[in-house]
Amino acid sequence: MLPACGDNMAAPVRIILEFGGGAELLFDGMKKHHVTLAGQEQPWDIKQLLVWIQRNLLKERPELFVQGDSVRPGILVLINDADWELMGELEYQLQDQDNIVFISTLHGG
Amino acid sequence: MPVQCSSCTEKRAVLKRPKTGHSLCKECFFWAFEEEVHRTIMAGELFKPGEIVAIAASGGKDSTVLAHVMKLLNQRHNYGLELMLLSVDEGITGYRDDSLETVQRNQQQYELPLKIVSYKELYGWTMDAIVKQIGLKNNCTFCGVFRRQALDRGAMLLKVNRICTGHNADDIAETVLMNVLRGDIARLCRCTAISTASEGEGVVPRCKPLKYAYEKEIVLYAYFKKLDYFSTECIYSPNAYRGHARTFLKDLESIRPSAIIDVIHSGENLSVRDSVKMPVQGSCSRCGYISSQMLCKACMLLEGLNRGLPKLGIGKPHRLHEKILSKQPLTEEEERKLKPAVF
Repeated sequence: MLPACGDNMAAPVRIILEFGGGAELLFDGMKKHHVTLAGQEQPWDIKQLLVWIQRNLLKERPELFVQGDSVRPGILVLINDADWELMGELEYQLQDQDNIVFISTLHGG
Repeated sequence: MPVQCSSCTEKRAVLKRPKTGHSLCKECFFWAFEEEVHRTIMAGELFKPGEIVAIAASGGKDSTVLAHVMKLLNQRHNYGLELMLLSVDEGITGYRDDSLETVQRNQQQYELPLKIVSYKELYGWTMDAIVKQIGLKNNCTFCGVFRRQALDRGAMLLKVNRICTGHNADDIAETVLMNVLRGDIARLCRCTAISTASEGEGVVPRCKPLKYAYEKEIVLYAYFKKLDYFSTECIYSPNAYRGHARTFLKDLESIRPSAIIDVIHSGENLSVRDSVKMPVQGSCSRCGYISSQMLCKACMLLEGLNRGLPKLGIGKPHRLHEKILSKQPLTEEEERKLKPAVF
C-alpha cells in the first residue's frame, strides 16, 4: 500500500536498533541496524516493533528473542539508553531517531 | 516522560532496580552497585588485608564486572589486596580461544597479572578431544568437574590465598532450584554459602562477592561502563537442566523481580534435620583432592577417558572404585555398559 497523503497518516519513523550480549547472534551477528518503519495511521509502539523485527530481521530461533507479545524474559531493552521499564515498556511510542537496544543476559558468565 | 533519579533527584533515571524498585541515574546506579558489593564483602568478611586474591576470569560479563569492581573497591576502600586474574583454557576452538582474547585485553585494561591453566596441560585432554570421544552427552559434566579443579590447581601455582568467582544472584538462585529438584541435600546446604573455608589439601578458599547482585544490574553496569566482555554461547553447551531452571526463574522474575533474592533467602534459611545422612568429605586416594568417595570425580572421568570407557565417571559407579584402584580388570559386562554410544 502506498503511503497516501491522507490526513491521518503519520510520517515514516527512522530508528536505530542494536543487539548485544549475544542477542546479535540471532540476527546474523549484526549488532547495529538502521531501519525505517513505514508511516501508518497509529504511531508505532514497541509491541508492533517486536512483530516487525520478527518478520523482517530475526534470522533464527525466534523463541530465544520473543515470548508471547513481549521479549523473552532475560533480554533487557533500553530506549534511548534508559531501561524500558521507565518508559512504558510495550506501550512506548517510537519517535523519529530513537535508539532501541536489546541486550541478552542469557549468554555465558 | 523522563523519570527523575530517586536518589539525586537531578538527573534522568536510566534504570529501575529489580531489587528495590528505585529509579536511578547512571552515576547513582554505579555508586549504589559498587557500594552494595562493598557491603557484601565487609559483612561476609570475604578478604583479609595483605591477601593475594585470584579473580576467576572467563571473559564473560560476570567476571569482567567482578574484575572491574574488585580493582576499584580495593583502591577506594584500601582492602590491601594483591589481585590477579586466573583463567581456564578448556580447549574449545572458536569459543574459549576467543574469550581468552577478551581476558587478555582485560589484563591490560585493569593492569592485573594473568595466569591461564589449560585442560590440555593438566589432564592431557582438551574439551574438543573429549567431545570427539564421548559426543555431546555428559560433556558439560567433564567440563564442570575439570574446571573446578583447574581453578584450584592454578591458584596453587600462583600461591594465592583465595579465589573469587563471578557467581551472581541469578546463578545462585538457579543452583538452589536445581538442588531442590535433584534432591541433592548436601549441595543445597552448601550452595548459598558466600565463602568456603579451605576444604582440605589442594583446595583454595573461594568467595562470591556478586552473590546478591542481579544479572540485570551486572549487564547494565557493563553496558553503561562500556566494559569489554565476551558473550558467545559455548559451542558444546546445551546444559539443559540449568537452562530449564533459568527460564523458570526468569519467568518468575518478570512477574515479581524479588523472586531471585527470595529463592536465595529460602536456600540460606533452610535447615536440615540431624538425622539426614550426609556424605562424608574425605580425599581422593589417587590425587588427594577432596572427595566423598575413594576416587574423586575428576580422576574417575579421566580414567574413563584414558581407557576408552567414558561413562566410568558418569552416574554413581562407586562400586568400581576398589577395582580400579587395585588395577583389577573389569568384567566384559561392566566394560560394555561404559563404552561410548555409537553415533
